[in-house]
Amino acid sequence: MSSLSQALWVLLLGSLLGLELIGKVPPTLHTPLMSGANAISGITVLASLTLIQKAGDNQALLLIGALSLGFALYNVIGGFLVTDRMLAMFRRR
Amino acid sequence: MPLPFALSIPAALLSGDGFAQLIDLTAVLLLALGIKGLSKVRSARAANGLAALAMGLAVLGLLLQIRPDPQAWLWIAIGTAAGGLAGLLTAQRVPMTAMPETVALFNGCGGMASLLVAVGVALFDVDPTDRVALISIAISVFVGAITFSGSIVAMAKLQGWLDTPAWTQSPIRHGVNIALAVTSLVGSVLLLSDPAGLPLWLLVASATLLGVGVTLPIGGADMPVVISLLNSYSGVAAAAAGFVVGSQLLIVAGAMVGAAGLILTQVMCTAMNRSLVSVLFGGALGVGASGGGAAAAGSSDYSRITSCSAEECAMALEVAERVVFVPGYGLAVAQAQHALRELAKLLEAHGVEVSYAIHPVAGRMPGHMNVLLAEADVPYEQLVEMEAINPEFPRTDVVIVLGANDVVNPQAKTDPTSPLYGMPVLEVDQARQVFVVKRSLGAGYAGIANALFELPQTAMVFGDAKAVLNGLLSELREMGVGKVGAKGGPKGEAARQPVAA
Repeated sequence: MSSLSQALWVLLLGSLLGLELIGKVPPTLHTPLMSGANAISGITVLASLTLIQKAGDNQALLLIGALSLGFALYNVIGGFLVTDRMLAMFRRR
Repeated sequence: MPLPFALSIPAALLSGDGFAQLIDLTAVLLLALGIKGLSKVRSARAANGLAALAMGLAVLGLLLQIRPDPQAWLWIAIGTAAGGLAGLLTAQRVPMTAMPETVALFNGCGGMASLLVAVGVALFDVDPTDRVALISIAISVFVGAITFSGSIVAMAKLQGWLDTPAWTQSPIRHGVNIALAVTSLVGSVLLLSDPAGLPLWLLVASATLLGVGVTLPIGGADMPVVISLLNSYSGVAAAAAGFVVGSQLLIVAGAMVGAAGLILTQVMCTAMNRSLVSVLFGGALGVGASGGGAAAAGSSDYSRITSCSAEECAMALEVAERVVFVPGYGLAVAQAQHALRELAKLLEAHGVEVSYAIHPVAGRMPGHMNVLLAEADVPYEQLVEMEAINPEFPRTDVVIVLGANDVVNPQAKTDPTSPLYGMPVLEVDQARQVFVVKRSLGAGYAGIANALFELPQTAMVFGDAKAVLNGLLSELREMGVGKVGAKGGPKGEAARQPVAA
Protein backbone atom coordinates (compact mmCIF):
# COMPACT_ATOMS: atom_id res chain seq x y z
CA MET A 1 0.00 0.00 0.00
CA SER A 2 1.87 2.99 -1.27
CA SER A 3 -0.19 5.62 0.55
CA LEU A 4 0.78 3.89 3.80
CA SER A 5 4.48 3.99 3.05
CA GLN A 6 4.08 7.60 2.00
CA ALA A 7 2.36 8.37 5.30
CA LEU A 8 5.13 6.61 7.21
CA TRP A 9 7.75 8.68 5.38
CA VAL A 10 5.84 11.80 6.31
CA LEU A 11 5.76 10.61 9.91
CA LEU A 12 9.48 9.91 9.94
CA LEU A 13 10.51 13.20 8.37
CA GLY A 14 8.13 15.17 10.54
CA SER A 15 9.61 13.56 13.65
CA LEU A 16 13.17 14.31 12.54
CA LEU A 17 12.22 17.90 11.81
CA GLY A 18 10.67 18.21 15.27
CA LEU A 19 13.82 16.88 16.92
CA GLU A 20 15.94 19.45 15.12
CA LEU A 21 13.65 22.45 15.56
CA ILE A 22 13.88 22.51 19.34
CA GLY A 23 17.60 21.93 19.75
CA LYS A 24 18.56 25.04 21.72
CA VAL A 25 16.02 26.91 23.77
CA PRO A 26 16.81 29.35 26.58
CA PRO A 27 15.14 28.14 29.80
CA THR A 28 13.16 31.39 29.83
CA LEU A 29 11.15 30.15 26.92
CA HIS A 30 10.49 26.59 28.04
CA THR A 31 7.10 27.35 29.50
CA PRO A 32 5.84 29.43 26.54
CA LEU A 33 7.29 26.89 24.13
CA MET A 34 5.54 24.03 25.89
CA SER A 35 2.33 26.00 25.78
CA GLY A 36 2.77 26.92 22.10
CA ALA A 37 3.63 23.37 21.07
CA ASN A 38 0.61 22.26 23.02
CA ALA A 39 -1.60 24.60 21.02
CA ILE A 40 -0.17 23.20 17.78
CA SER A 41 -0.98 19.67 18.91
CA GLY A 42 -4.61 20.77 18.78
CA ILE A 43 -4.25 20.41 15.01
CA THR A 44 -6.55 17.45 15.58
CA VAL A 45 -9.23 20.00 14.59
CA LEU A 46 -8.51 18.81 11.05
CA ALA A 47 -9.51 15.27 12.00
CA SER A 48 -12.62 16.54 13.78
CA LEU A 49 -13.69 18.57 10.73
CA THR A 50 -13.12 15.60 8.44
CA LEU A 51 -15.17 13.42 10.76
CA ILE A 52 -18.08 15.88 10.75
CA GLN A 53 -18.01 16.00 6.95
CA LYS A 54 -17.90 12.20 6.70
CA ALA A 55 -20.79 11.83 9.13
CA GLY A 56 -23.46 12.65 6.55
CA ASP A 57 -26.80 12.19 8.28
CA ASN A 58 -25.46 10.14 11.15
CA GLN A 59 -26.49 12.30 14.10
CA ALA A 60 -24.42 10.38 16.64
CA LEU A 61 -21.29 10.79 14.57
CA LEU A 62 -22.04 14.48 14.01
CA LEU A 63 -22.31 14.90 17.76
CA ILE A 64 -19.02 13.07 18.39
CA GLY A 65 -17.36 15.16 15.69
CA ALA A 66 -18.66 18.43 17.11
CA LEU A 67 -17.57 17.38 20.61
CA SER A 68 -14.08 16.56 19.45
CA LEU A 69 -13.96 19.80 17.45
CA GLY A 70 -14.90 21.68 20.62
CA PHE A 71 -12.18 19.98 22.66
CA ALA A 72 -9.55 20.48 19.96
CA LEU A 73 -10.43 24.14 19.43
CA TYR A 74 -10.38 24.72 23.17
CA ASN A 75 -6.80 23.44 23.05
CA VAL A 76 -5.89 25.52 19.99
CA ILE A 77 -7.49 28.86 20.80
CA GLY A 78 -6.79 28.73 24.52
CA GLY A 79 -3.25 27.55 23.88
CA PHE A 80 -2.28 30.23 21.36
CA LEU A 81 -3.88 33.03 23.37
CA VAL A 82 -2.31 32.02 26.65
CA THR A 83 1.09 31.68 24.97
CA ASP A 84 0.68 35.14 23.52
CA ARG A 85 -0.22 36.48 26.97
CA MET A 86 2.97 35.03 28.39
CA LEU A 87 5.18 36.26 25.56
CA ALA A 88 3.64 39.73 25.59
CA MET A 89 5.21 40.18 29.01
CA PHE A 90 8.71 39.57 27.71
CA ARG A 91 8.13 41.99 24.88
CA ARG A 92 7.51 45.05 26.96
CA ARG A 93 11.10 46.17 26.97
CA MET B 1 -23.41 20.82 -2.93
CA PRO B 2 -24.39 24.29 -1.67
CA LEU B 3 -21.70 26.41 -0.09
CA PRO B 4 -22.02 29.52 2.02
CA PHE B 5 -21.62 32.48 -0.24
CA ALA B 6 -18.38 33.73 1.25
CA LEU B 7 -16.61 30.48 0.53
CA SER B 8 -18.18 29.66 -2.79
CA ILE B 9 -16.23 32.26 -4.72
CA PRO B 10 -12.69 31.31 -3.69
CA ALA B 11 -13.67 27.67 -3.85
CA ALA B 12 -14.88 28.05 -7.40
CA LEU B 13 -11.84 30.02 -8.44
CA LEU B 14 -9.26 27.98 -6.72
CA SER B 15 -10.67 24.54 -6.27
CA GLY B 16 -8.66 21.50 -7.08
CA ASP B 17 -6.30 19.31 -5.13
CA GLY B 18 -3.24 21.20 -6.26
CA PHE B 19 -4.29 24.36 -4.53
CA ALA B 20 -5.29 22.52 -1.35
CA GLN B 21 -1.92 20.83 -1.28
CA LEU B 22 -0.21 24.17 -1.72
CA ILE B 23 -2.07 25.49 1.31
CA ASP B 24 -1.10 22.38 3.28
CA LEU B 25 2.55 22.78 2.40
CA THR B 26 2.52 26.45 3.34
CA ALA B 27 0.88 25.55 6.64
CA VAL B 28 3.54 22.93 7.44
CA LEU B 29 6.30 25.37 6.59
CA LEU B 30 4.79 28.08 8.79
CA LEU B 31 4.26 25.62 11.64
CA ALA B 32 7.91 24.57 11.50
CA LEU B 33 9.05 28.20 11.38
CA GLY B 34 6.71 28.94 14.26
CA ILE B 35 8.15 26.23 16.49
CA LYS B 36 11.66 27.34 15.60
CA GLY B 37 10.91 31.00 16.26
CA LEU B 38 9.37 30.16 19.62
CA SER B 39 12.83 29.18 20.80
CA LYS B 40 14.23 32.73 20.60
CA VAL B 41 13.15 35.53 22.89
CA ARG B 42 13.01 38.18 20.19
CA SER B 43 11.00 36.21 17.68
CA ALA B 44 8.88 34.18 20.09
CA ARG B 45 5.73 36.24 20.05
CA ALA B 46 5.66 36.66 16.28
CA ALA B 47 6.37 32.95 15.92
CA ASN B 48 3.38 32.11 18.07
CA GLY B 49 1.23 34.24 15.78
CA LEU B 50 2.77 32.52 12.78
CA ALA B 51 1.87 29.10 14.16
CA ALA B 52 -1.68 30.30 14.81
CA LEU B 53 -1.86 31.60 11.24
CA ALA B 54 -0.60 28.27 9.96
CA MET B 55 -3.34 26.53 11.90
CA GLY B 56 -5.94 28.85 10.40
CA LEU B 57 -4.57 28.20 6.90
CA ALA B 58 -4.68 24.45 7.46
CA VAL B 59 -8.31 24.65 8.54
CA LEU B 60 -9.20 26.87 5.59
CA GLY B 61 -7.43 24.51 3.19
CA LEU B 62 -9.32 21.54 4.59
CA LEU B 63 -12.68 23.32 4.41
CA LEU B 64 -12.02 24.15 0.75
CA GLN B 65 -11.20 20.51 0.16
CA ILE B 66 -14.09 18.82 1.98
CA ARG B 67 -16.77 21.48 1.30
CA PRO B 68 -19.06 20.71 4.23
CA ASP B 69 -22.81 20.53 3.58
CA PRO B 70 -25.17 22.82 5.53
CA GLN B 71 -25.81 20.24 8.22
CA ALA B 72 -22.07 19.75 8.72
CA TRP B 73 -21.64 23.54 8.83
CA LEU B 74 -24.19 23.69 11.63
CA TRP B 75 -22.29 21.17 13.75
CA ILE B 76 -18.97 22.81 12.92
CA ALA B 77 -20.40 26.12 14.08
CA ILE B 78 -21.62 24.55 17.33
CA GLY B 79 -18.26 22.93 18.07
CA THR B 80 -16.34 26.06 17.10
CA ALA B 81 -18.47 28.36 19.22
CA ALA B 82 -18.29 26.13 22.28
CA GLY B 83 -14.58 25.32 22.13
CA GLY B 84 -13.48 28.72 20.90
CA LEU B 85 -15.41 30.66 23.51
CA ALA B 86 -14.27 28.41 26.33
CA GLY B 87 -10.67 28.71 25.15
CA LEU B 88 -10.93 32.48 24.91
CA LEU B 89 -12.33 32.82 28.41
CA THR B 90 -9.85 30.41 29.96
CA ALA B 91 -6.88 32.08 28.30
CA GLN B 92 -7.97 35.52 29.44
CA ARG B 93 -8.90 34.70 33.00
CA VAL B 94 -6.33 32.21 34.18
CA PRO B 95 -3.70 33.73 36.49
CA MET B 96 -0.07 33.46 35.40
CA THR B 97 0.76 31.42 38.48
CA ALA B 98 -1.63 28.71 37.30
CA MET B 99 0.10 28.30 33.93
CA PRO B 100 1.32 24.70 34.42
CA GLU B 101 -2.13 23.36 35.23
CA THR B 102 -3.64 25.38 32.38
CA VAL B 103 -1.26 23.82 29.87
CA ALA B 104 -2.13 20.43 31.35
CA LEU B 105 -5.85 21.12 30.93
CA PHE B 106 -5.49 22.27 27.30
CA ASN B 107 -3.31 19.29 26.60
CA GLY B 108 -5.82 16.86 28.08
CA CYS B 109 -8.52 18.32 25.83
CA GLY B 110 -6.30 17.81 22.77
CA GLY B 111 -5.93 14.17 23.78
CA MET B 112 -9.69 13.89 24.25
CA ALA B 113 -10.26 15.26 20.74
CA SER B 114 -8.02 12.58 19.19
CA LEU B 115 -9.72 9.93 21.31
CA LEU B 116 -13.19 11.05 20.18
CA VAL B 117 -12.22 11.09 16.50
CA ALA B 118 -10.86 7.56 16.72
CA VAL B 119 -13.91 6.31 18.65
CA GLY B 120 -16.25 7.98 16.17
CA VAL B 121 -14.51 6.39 13.19
CA ALA B 122 -14.37 3.00 14.92
CA LEU B 123 -18.07 3.04 15.74
CA PHE B 124 -19.48 4.25 12.45
CA ASP B 125 -17.03 4.72 9.67
CA VAL B 126 -14.38 2.05 9.40
CA ASP B 127 -13.75 -0.62 6.83
CA PRO B 128 -13.32 -3.74 9.03
CA THR B 129 -10.79 -5.17 6.59
CA ASP B 130 -8.54 -2.11 6.61
CA ARG B 131 -5.78 -3.18 8.96
CA VAL B 132 -3.92 0.13 8.81
CA ALA B 133 -7.00 2.11 9.79
CA LEU B 134 -7.76 -0.29 12.65
CA ILE B 135 -4.23 -0.16 14.04
CA SER B 136 -4.27 3.63 13.76
CA ILE B 137 -7.55 3.73 15.64
CA ALA B 138 -6.16 1.56 18.43
CA ILE B 139 -3.07 3.77 18.77
CA SER B 140 -5.08 6.96 18.65
CA VAL B 141 -7.53 5.72 21.30
CA PHE B 142 -4.73 4.43 23.52
CA VAL B 143 -2.52 7.53 23.37
CA GLY B 144 -5.46 9.94 23.37
CA ALA B 145 -6.99 8.36 26.48
CA ILE B 146 -3.67 8.33 28.38
CA THR B 147 -3.03 11.95 27.39
CA PHE B 148 -6.48 12.96 28.55
CA SER B 149 -6.62 11.22 31.92
CA GLY B 150 -2.93 11.80 32.68
CA SER B 151 -3.23 15.53 31.96
CA ILE B 152 -6.37 15.88 34.05
CA VAL B 153 -4.70 14.11 36.99
CA ALA B 154 -1.62 16.34 36.56
CA MET B 155 -3.84 19.41 36.56
CA ALA B 156 -5.74 18.25 39.64
CA LYS B 157 -2.50 17.58 41.50
CA LEU B 158 -1.05 20.97 40.61
CA GLN B 159 -4.27 22.66 41.68
CA GLY B 160 -4.07 20.82 44.99
CA TRP B 161 -7.32 18.94 44.33
CA LEU B 162 -5.53 15.61 44.49
CA ASP B 163 -2.87 14.41 46.89
CA THR B 164 -0.40 11.64 46.36
CA PRO B 165 -2.16 8.74 48.10
CA ALA B 166 0.19 6.57 50.14
CA TRP B 167 -0.83 3.36 48.38
CA THR B 168 0.34 4.73 45.05
CA GLN B 169 3.88 4.70 46.42
CA SER B 170 3.91 0.94 47.02
CA PRO B 171 5.33 -1.38 44.37
CA ILE B 172 1.80 -2.77 43.84
CA ARG B 173 1.18 0.15 41.50
CA HIS B 174 3.61 -1.28 38.97
CA GLY B 175 1.60 -4.51 38.97
CA VAL B 176 -1.65 -2.60 38.50
CA ASN B 177 -0.20 -0.49 35.69
CA ILE B 178 1.28 -3.49 33.91
CA ALA B 179 -2.09 -5.23 34.17
CA LEU B 180 -3.78 -2.17 32.67
CA ALA B 181 -1.22 -1.99 29.88
CA VAL B 182 -1.74 -5.67 29.07
CA THR B 183 -5.51 -5.15 29.09
CA SER B 184 -5.05 -2.25 26.66
CA LEU B 185 -2.97 -4.44 24.40
CA VAL B 186 -5.56 -7.22 24.49
CA GLY B 187 -8.29 -4.68 23.73
CA SER B 188 -6.26 -3.35 20.79
CA VAL B 189 -5.70 -6.82 19.32
CA LEU B 190 -9.35 -7.79 19.69
CA LEU B 191 -10.36 -4.47 18.18
CA LEU B 192 -8.76 -5.52 14.90
CA SER B 193 -11.53 -8.05 14.36
CA ASP B 194 -14.37 -6.20 16.11
CA PRO B 195 -13.88 -2.43 15.81
CA ALA B 196 -17.22 -1.21 17.18
CA GLY B 197 -17.77 -3.64 20.02
CA LEU B 198 -16.64 -4.40 23.51
CA PRO B 199 -12.85 -4.35 22.77
CA LEU B 200 -13.05 -0.65 21.92
CA TRP B 201 -14.56 0.19 25.30
CA LEU B 202 -12.13 -2.15 27.06
CA LEU B 203 -9.30 -0.22 25.41
CA VAL B 204 -10.83 3.18 26.27
CA ALA B 205 -11.34 2.19 29.92
CA SER B 206 -7.98 0.52 30.50
CA ALA B 207 -5.98 3.27 28.75
CA THR B 208 -7.81 5.97 30.73
CA LEU B 209 -7.08 4.14 34.00
CA LEU B 210 -3.48 3.63 32.91
CA GLY B 211 -3.08 7.39 32.46
CA VAL B 212 -4.34 7.87 36.01
CA GLY B 213 -2.24 5.03 37.39
CA VAL B 214 0.97 6.33 35.86
CA THR B 215 0.47 10.00 36.76
CA LEU B 216 -1.00 9.71 40.27
CA PRO B 217 2.17 8.44 42.03
CA ILE B 218 4.33 11.24 40.62
CA GLY B 219 5.14 14.08 42.99
CA GLY B 220 4.53 17.77 42.39
CA ALA B 221 8.20 18.44 41.73
CA ASP B 222 8.25 16.19 38.70
CA MET B 223 4.88 17.29 37.32
CA PRO B 224 6.37 19.71 34.74
CA VAL B 225 8.26 16.82 33.18
CA VAL B 226 5.07 14.79 33.08
CA ILE B 227 3.13 17.63 31.45
CA SER B 228 5.84 18.05 28.87
CA LEU B 229 5.80 14.33 28.17
CA LEU B 230 2.00 14.30 27.93
CA ASN B 231 2.31 17.24 25.56
CA SER B 232 4.51 15.07 23.40
CA TYR B 233 1.90 12.29 23.62
CA SER B 234 -0.84 14.61 22.41
CA GLY B 235 1.30 15.21 19.33
CA VAL B 236 1.53 11.45 18.83
CA ALA B 237 -2.23 11.18 19.33
CA ALA B 238 -2.75 13.85 16.68
CA ALA B 239 -0.43 12.04 14.25
CA ALA B 240 -2.33 8.80 14.90
CA ALA B 241 -5.59 10.63 14.23
CA GLY B 242 -3.95 11.76 10.99
CA PHE B 243 -3.53 8.12 10.00
CA VAL B 244 -7.15 7.45 10.98
CA VAL B 245 -8.63 10.16 8.74
CA GLY B 246 -5.83 10.07 6.15
CA SER B 247 -4.43 13.57 6.61
CA GLN B 248 -0.75 14.05 5.86
CA LEU B 249 -0.74 17.53 7.34
CA LEU B 250 -2.00 16.12 10.62
CA ILE B 251 0.68 13.45 10.58
CA VAL B 252 3.48 15.96 10.00
CA ALA B 253 2.27 18.44 12.58
CA GLY B 254 1.61 15.74 15.16
CA ALA B 255 5.00 14.16 14.59
CA MET B 256 6.77 17.53 14.88
CA VAL B 257 5.05 18.37 18.16
CA GLY B 258 5.59 14.85 19.47
CA ALA B 259 9.32 14.94 18.73
CA ALA B 260 9.75 18.51 19.94
CA GLY B 261 7.93 17.64 23.16
CA LEU B 262 10.32 14.75 23.76
CA ILE B 263 13.32 17.08 23.41
CA LEU B 264 11.79 19.59 25.78
CA THR B 265 11.07 16.80 28.29
CA GLN B 266 14.68 15.70 28.07
CA VAL B 267 15.94 19.26 28.58
CA MET B 268 13.80 19.60 31.70
CA CYS B 269 14.99 16.29 33.11
CA THR B 270 18.61 17.37 32.63
CA ALA B 271 17.97 20.69 34.35
CA MET B 272 16.47 18.89 37.33
CA ASN B 273 19.11 16.18 37.43
CA ARG B 274 16.40 13.54 37.11
CA SER B 275 16.17 10.73 34.62
CA LEU B 276 12.93 10.26 32.77
CA VAL B 277 12.76 6.68 33.99
CA SER B 278 13.00 7.68 37.64
CA VAL B 279 10.40 10.40 37.16
CA LEU B 280 7.96 7.96 35.61
CA PHE B 281 8.58 4.93 37.75
CA GLY B 282 10.38 6.17 40.84
CA GLY B 283 7.35 7.56 42.65
CA ALA B 284 7.36 10.84 44.52
CA LEU B 285 10.66 11.76 46.13
CA GLY B 286 10.48 12.12 49.87
CA VAL B 287 7.08 10.44 50.11
CA GLY B 288 6.70 6.92 51.42
CA ALA B 289 9.34 4.28 51.87
CA SER B 290 11.14 4.78 48.57
CA GLY B 291 12.41 8.19 49.62
CA GLY B 292 13.88 7.05 52.95
CA GLY B 293 17.36 7.56 54.29
CA ALA B 294 18.90 10.91 53.54
CA ALA B 295 15.69 12.08 51.94
CA ALA B 296 13.62 11.87 55.12
CA ALA B 297 14.34 15.29 56.48
CA GLY B 298 12.25 16.96 59.12
CA SER B 299 13.02 20.04 61.16
CA SER B 300 14.65 17.82 63.79
CA ASP B 301 17.53 17.23 61.39
CA TYR B 302 18.67 20.82 61.67
CA SER B 303 20.78 21.75 64.68
CA ARG B 304 22.38 25.10 63.88
CA ILE B 305 19.57 27.19 62.54
CA THR B 306 19.60 30.94 63.04
CA SER B 307 16.36 32.79 62.59
CA CYS B 308 15.78 36.50 62.47
CA SER B 309 13.02 39.04 62.13
CA ALA B 310 12.06 41.05 59.07
CA GLU B 311 13.48 44.09 60.86
CA GLU B 312 16.98 42.66 61.01
CA CYS B 313 16.78 41.56 57.41
CA ALA B 314 15.67 45.08 56.44
CA MET B 315 18.67 46.53 58.22
CA ALA B 316 21.02 44.30 56.31
CA LEU B 317 19.33 45.36 53.06
CA GLU B 318 19.62 49.02 53.93
CA VAL B 319 23.40 48.95 54.10
CA ALA B 320 23.89 46.52 51.20
CA GLU B 321 25.36 47.62 47.90
CA ARG B 322 24.44 44.59 45.92
CA VAL B 323 21.40 42.38 46.53
CA VAL B 324 20.36 39.25 44.69
CA PHE B 325 16.90 37.73 45.01
CA VAL B 326 16.45 34.02 44.44
CA PRO B 327 12.76 33.46 43.72
CA GLY B 328 11.33 29.95 43.83
CA TYR B 329 8.17 27.93 44.00
CA GLY B 330 7.18 29.44 47.37
CA LEU B 331 7.11 32.89 45.79
CA ALA B 332 4.76 31.66 43.10
CA VAL B 333 2.48 29.98 45.64
CA ALA B 334 2.36 33.10 47.82
CA GLN B 335 1.70 35.26 44.70
CA ALA B 336 4.38 37.52 46.07
CA GLN B 337 6.00 38.60 42.79
CA HIS B 338 4.42 42.06 42.89
CA ALA B 339 5.54 42.67 46.48
CA LEU B 340 9.02 41.54 45.45
CA ARG B 341 9.09 43.99 42.55
CA GLU B 342 8.05 46.79 44.89
CA LEU B 343 10.81 45.93 47.34
CA ALA B 344 13.34 45.84 44.52
CA LYS B 345 12.18 49.26 43.28
CA LEU B 346 12.56 50.70 46.76
CA LEU B 347 16.07 49.31 47.09
CA GLU B 348 17.02 50.60 43.65
CA ALA B 349 15.81 54.05 44.59
CA HIS B 350 18.12 53.72 47.60
CA GLY B 351 21.07 53.05 45.30
CA VAL B 352 21.24 49.31 45.77
CA GLU B 353 22.15 47.15 42.78
CA VAL B 354 19.39 44.56 42.46
CA SER B 355 19.19 41.44 40.34
CA TYR B 356 17.26 38.19 40.31
CA ALA B 357 18.96 34.82 40.06
CA ILE B 358 16.88 32.48 37.93
CA HIS B 359 17.53 28.76 38.20
CA PRO B 360 16.47 26.92 35.04
CA VAL B 361 13.76 25.07 36.96
CA ALA B 362 12.71 27.85 39.33
CA GLY B 363 8.99 28.09 39.86
CA ARG B 364 6.75 25.30 38.77
CA MET B 365 8.06 24.76 35.26
CA PRO B 366 11.26 25.75 33.53
CA GLY B 367 10.89 29.37 32.56
CA HIS B 368 7.82 29.83 34.72
CA MET B 369 9.59 32.23 37.08
CA ASN B 370 10.56 34.50 34.19
CA VAL B 371 6.91 34.73 33.20
CA LEU B 372 5.79 35.49 36.75
CA LEU B 373 8.40 38.22 37.23
CA ALA B 374 7.75 39.68 33.81
CA GLU B 375 4.10 39.92 34.81
CA ALA B 376 5.18 41.93 37.86
CA ASP B 377 7.07 44.34 35.54
CA VAL B 378 10.55 43.23 36.51
CA PRO B 379 12.94 44.45 33.80
CA TYR B 380 14.07 41.55 31.66
CA GLU B 381 17.76 42.49 32.03
CA GLN B 382 17.60 42.04 35.80
CA LEU B 383 16.72 38.36 35.45
CA VAL B 384 20.09 36.65 35.41
CA GLU B 385 20.48 33.02 34.50
CA MET B 386 22.39 30.64 36.70
CA GLU B 387 25.64 30.47 34.71
CA ALA B 388 25.89 34.25 34.58
CA ILE B 389 25.12 34.96 38.22
CA ASN B 390 27.10 32.24 39.97
CA PRO B 391 30.46 34.08 39.57
CA GLU B 392 28.77 37.21 40.98
CA PHE B 393 27.79 35.77 44.36
CA PRO B 394 31.18 36.33 46.08
CA ARG B 395 30.76 40.07 45.57
CA THR B 396 27.13 40.09 46.67
CA ASP B 397 26.29 41.56 50.07
CA VAL B 398 22.85 40.09 50.63
CA VAL B 399 21.05 37.19 49.02
CA ILE B 400 17.38 36.72 49.77
CA VAL B 401 16.04 33.27 48.97
CA LEU B 402 12.28 33.38 48.54
CA GLY B 403 10.61 30.00 48.66
CA ALA B 404 13.41 28.23 46.84
CA ASN B 405 15.14 25.29 48.45
CA ASP B 406 16.72 22.49 46.44
CA VAL B 407 18.10 24.85 43.80
CA VAL B 408 20.29 26.59 46.39
CA ASN B 409 21.42 23.47 48.26
CA PRO B 410 25.25 23.48 48.38
CA GLN B 411 25.27 19.71 48.93
CA ALA B 412 24.53 19.31 45.24
CA LYS B 413 28.16 20.33 44.73
CA THR B 414 29.84 18.93 47.83
CA ASP B 415 28.07 15.79 48.99
CA PRO B 416 28.26 12.80 46.65
CA THR B 417 25.74 10.91 48.81
CA SER B 418 23.08 13.57 48.35
CA PRO B 419 20.31 12.68 45.88
CA LEU B 420 20.81 16.17 44.46
CA TYR B 421 24.50 15.59 43.80
CA GLY B 422 25.42 16.81 40.35
CA MET B 423 22.44 19.09 39.88
CA PRO B 424 23.60 22.59 38.92
CA VAL B 425 22.65 24.96 41.74
CA LEU B 426 22.84 28.67 42.51
CA GLU B 427 25.92 29.15 44.65
CA VAL B 428 24.35 31.54 47.13
CA ASP B 429 26.56 30.20 49.93
CA GLN B 430 29.33 32.34 48.38
CA ALA B 431 27.55 35.56 49.30
CA ARG B 432 28.33 37.52 52.45
CA GLN B 433 24.90 37.19 53.97
CA VAL B 434 21.97 34.94 53.07
CA PHE B 435 18.40 35.28 54.24
CA VAL B 436 16.09 32.39 53.55
CA VAL B 437 12.41 33.27 53.58
CA LYS B 438 10.46 30.10 54.20
CA ARG B 439 7.25 29.10 55.89
CA SER B 440 8.81 26.37 58.00
CA LEU B 441 11.81 24.11 58.09
CA GLY B 442 9.99 21.50 56.01
CA ALA B 443 12.04 19.79 53.34
CA GLY B 444 12.02 20.99 49.74
CA TYR B 445 10.42 19.32 46.75
CA ALA B 446 13.00 16.61 46.76
CA GLY B 447 12.57 16.01 50.50
CA ILE B 448 16.20 16.67 51.26
CA ALA B 449 17.72 18.65 54.14
CA ASN B 450 19.46 21.83 53.01
CA ALA B 451 22.96 22.48 54.38
CA LEU B 452 22.64 26.14 53.39
CA PHE B 453 20.27 26.75 56.30
CA GLU B 454 22.97 25.82 58.82
CA LEU B 455 25.78 27.97 57.44
CA PRO B 456 26.96 30.78 59.72
CA GLN B 457 26.12 33.47 57.19
CA THR B 458 22.57 32.20 56.75
CA ALA B 459 19.54 33.39 58.72
CA MET B 460 16.02 32.09 58.31
CA VAL B 461 13.10 34.51 58.10
CA PHE B 462 10.07 32.37 58.79
CA GLY B 463 6.79 33.31 57.19
CA ASP B 464 4.77 33.45 54.01
CA ALA B 465 6.84 35.11 51.25
CA LYS B 466 4.29 37.84 50.62
CA ALA B 467 3.88 38.67 54.31
CA VAL B 468 7.64 38.80 54.84
CA LEU B 469 8.17 41.02 51.78
CA ASN B 470 5.46 43.41 52.91
CA GLY B 471 7.07 43.41 56.36
CA LEU B 472 10.43 44.27 54.80
CA LEU B 473 8.81 47.05 52.79
CA SER B 474 7.27 48.70 55.80
CA GLU B 475 10.46 48.30 57.86
CA LEU B 476 12.52 49.92 55.11
CA ARG B 477 10.03 52.74 54.68
CA GLU B 478 10.10 53.37 58.42
CA MET B 479 13.85 53.65 58.18
CA GLY B 480 13.35 56.30 55.53
CA VAL B 481 14.75 54.23 52.70
CA GLY B 482 13.77 55.57 49.31
CA LYS B 483 13.39 59.15 50.54
CA VAL B 484 16.19 61.32 49.17
CA GLY B 485 18.74 62.34 51.75
CA ALA B 486 17.06 60.55 54.62
CA LYS B 487 18.86 57.62 56.13
CA GLY B 488 17.23 55.92 59.04
CA GLY B 489 19.30 55.44 62.16
CA PRO B 490 19.89 52.08 63.71
CA LYS B 491 16.81 50.74 65.34
CA GLY B 492 18.53 48.68 67.98
CA GLU B 493 19.93 45.23 67.50
CA ALA B 494 17.30 42.60 66.90
CA ALA B 495 18.77 39.58 68.60
CA ARG B 496 19.54 36.61 66.46
CA GLN B 497 17.82 33.78 68.19
CA PRO B 498 19.35 30.37 67.78
CA VAL B 499 16.62 27.78 67.49
CA ALA B 500 17.01 24.79 69.76
CA ALA B 501 17.40 21.50 67.99
